[in-house]
Amino acid sequence: MSVWAKHQVFEKNSIILLVGILIVVAIGGLVEIAPLYYLKSTIEKVDGVRPYTPLELAGRNIYVREGCYNCHSQMIRPLRDEVERYGAYSLAAESMYDHPFQWGSKRTGPDLARVGGKYSDEWQRAHLVNPRAVVPTSIMPGYPFLAKTTLNATHIQEDMRVQKLLGTPYTDEMIAKAGTDIVAQATPDDAGAADLAKRYPKSIARDFDGNAGAITEMDALIAYLQMLGTLVDFKTYDRKANVR
Amino acid sequence: MLALAVMSIIIAAKAYTPEYAFHAYLFAAASVATVFAIFNRYFSRPAEPIPQEIDGKPNYNLGPIKFATAIAMFWGIAGFTVGLIAALQLAYPVLNFDFAYTNFGRLRPLHTSAVIFAFGGNVLLATSFYVVQRTCHARLAGEIAPWFVVLGYNFFILIAGTGYLLGITQGKEYAEPEWYADLWLTVVWVVYLLVFLTTLWKRKEPHIYVANWFYLAFIVTIAMLHLGNNATVPVSIFSPKSYIVWSGVQDAMVQWWYGHNAVGFFLTAGFLAIMYYFVPKQADRPVYSYRLSIVHFWALIFTYIWAGPHHLHYTALPDWAQTLGMVFSVVLWMPSWGGMINGLMTLQGAWDKLRTDPVLRMMVVSVAFYGMSTFEGPLMSIKSVNSLSHYTDWTIGHVHSGALGWVGYISFGAIYCLVPWLWNRSRLYSLKLVNWHFWISTLGIVLYISAMWVSGILQGLMWRAYTSLGFLEFSFIETTEAMHPFYVIRAIGGGLFVLGALIMAYNIWMTIRSTELATSPAARPQMVPAE
Repeated sequence: MSVWAKHQVFEKNSIILLVGILIVVAIGGLVEIAPLYYLKSTIEKVDGVRPYTPLELAGRNIYVREGCYNCHSQMIRPLRDEVERYGAYSLAAESMYDHPFQWGSKRTGPDLARVGGKYSDEWQRAHLVNPRAVVPTSIMPGYPFLAKTTLNATHIQEDMRVQKLLGTPYTDEMIAKAGTDIVAQATPDDAGAADLAKRYPKSIARDFDGNAGAITEMDALIAYLQMLGTLVDFKTYDRKANVR
Repeated sequence: MLALAVMSIIIAAKAYTPEYAFHAYLFAAASVATVFAIFNRYFSRPAEPIPQEIDGKPNYNLGPIKFATAIAMFWGIAGFTVGLIAALQLAYPVLNFDFAYTNFGRLRPLHTSAVIFAFGGNVLLATSFYVVQRTCHARLAGEIAPWFVVLGYNFFILIAGTGYLLGITQGKEYAEPEWYADLWLTVVWVVYLLVFLTTLWKRKEPHIYVANWFYLAFIVTIAMLHLGNNATVPVSIFSPKSYIVWSGVQDAMVQWWYGHNAVGFFLTAGFLAIMYYFVPKQADRPVYSYRLSIVHFWALIFTYIWAGPHHLHYTALPDWAQTLGMVFSVVLWMPSWGGMINGLMTLQGAWDKLRTDPVLRMMVVSVAFYGMSTFEGPLMSIKSVNSLSHYTDWTIGHVHSGALGWVGYISFGAIYCLVPWLWNRSRLYSLKLVNWHFWISTLGIVLYISAMWVSGILQGLMWRAYTSLGFLEFSFIETTEAMHPFYVIRAIGGGLFVLGALIMAYNIWMTIRSTELATSPAARPQMVPAE
């Protein structure tokens, strides 16, 4: 019996064929994904990476909702031109609390991994409302509706609880104070600002959308953009210790 | 179903967002309609159960296939048109209208899902249900189940598509639908697998035909990928929002394990199954090599799974994973071309038909596009090439040479074949129109992919260009400006492709409306096993 005839086992029995397929297609994924969970070198040891503040998390959810990842990456590759254009190359640790990751796959617009602090809030605001007001040849859509929509963060504590369940180190205190933290971060000189900074080091508290009357989706999105890539201090980061 | 209806209404009443309430009402309405349809069917049932065979010939179940074929055509045109709008938005941003529901960020997932899952998915449902019956000489298993699969799947499409416009998304490419849509798809998919398997069990042929191996691999693997990549925890049953279990680098790996194999199994294995039935059938020749089909089947499904990390070259994914992804992507070239050779060489002795049969020509050109994209893919997965091509339009061009050329053309070919067979017509309304469709679309594809090659490579080179003093030569916006002419050409190419599809829809419509019945559907040649 030739070896080809042996293949008839698969051709004559659908269950054997099905099990054969399952085994063959399972291998690659197992070998590539499972080690990422036990190899310690997968995520670098870095100081400074913390969970998102409630306002930043709400802003990130808006970033996801509007599909910003379709045109903007958040992943600087270790190539000379990218490091010079965007800043230090991205570390795995910097997105370790990102559910889902937003590395992106296309740069119709520039990378945003380190956009935090690069532009003023006013610039971000004007740009989001009408990109061509600040960059005349931009092809980005405008998002004027964000400034007019009040942020709906009624259920943000539930979001944080789910994230905690998935391993993001939110404390019970962070979750309990989520409502006041949002107000504190979007209002200048709020009494809660000191507590916020204690819970979330390097968090910035100010009126991001320039509209003191309301906390809008624009506040949340700019708060998120302004913190992107700012958590790790690369002056103290030891690259050699994390060579993989 | 009644329970689902009641549950949906309760969820709608307590939903956190109006968008979610809208979806819950859709679920409720669909459930009630289903209950009504089932009762209606029960009370007007014929006295005798539907016969499995009539005069010794299988009584094939064609209703669900007709539905899936027709709606595939509809979604196809809708999806291509949204793609054209998105392309125009990139050339002329004023077309975004700066309105939440029309902005590029929401339309782009609508386009990708509409063409991949709505158009491609319905073509796969229609052809798989047709091919499995024909090659098994058995009526499709179940009476309600196949209808549940096609209607349930299209309901998933409706939920997913309206969700994107309303801003309900997981933010994972090609896996944007939220948790409740994913759950619903899981139910539909399990029934799909059961209908397919049960039909295989009813087969009158000792062997399972090669096309069915590919369909089975597609169904099983998509189930595995879907469950792995959509593992989420909903914020609440009253919220459309959920968070993916995986995070950061692991989520990236899982995403592209899924994303690349949505290409590998949805857009490749499934459509290779179409090739393995419709090309031999239309050419009236047996499959070129039985042994090659065995080798390339197992090699293809084994190798594809490994290729995901080539979407993550030079990222924070560990190097060992990137290298594995690159090596297997290059290896993948061979099994892919095995499939291409098996498809093309099936025409041995029938090459003259390319001159007279534009439907066969479409399918053969499709296989040629398959060969081209599966050569380009391994090339782009080499890290040094990828450092230039990644994040640019080159990727978009590559995807479209596969999607428009391979998936699009093999689907068009299959639909052109299927419609006269399903509606029992002697022939297509007009072969001349098929010819027009072919040439207009081909011109469109060529314009599209060459524009994207030029813009992709140009932008990649501009990003890394340095002046003699060692400064970056171009700001980002300068590279965006340089893209404009190519975005216009791309939109023209896309417009031609839409135009071709409209010609096709007219041709299909006129074929169904014609009264020229085929004399005897049984007079068609029977399939011969590929041994």
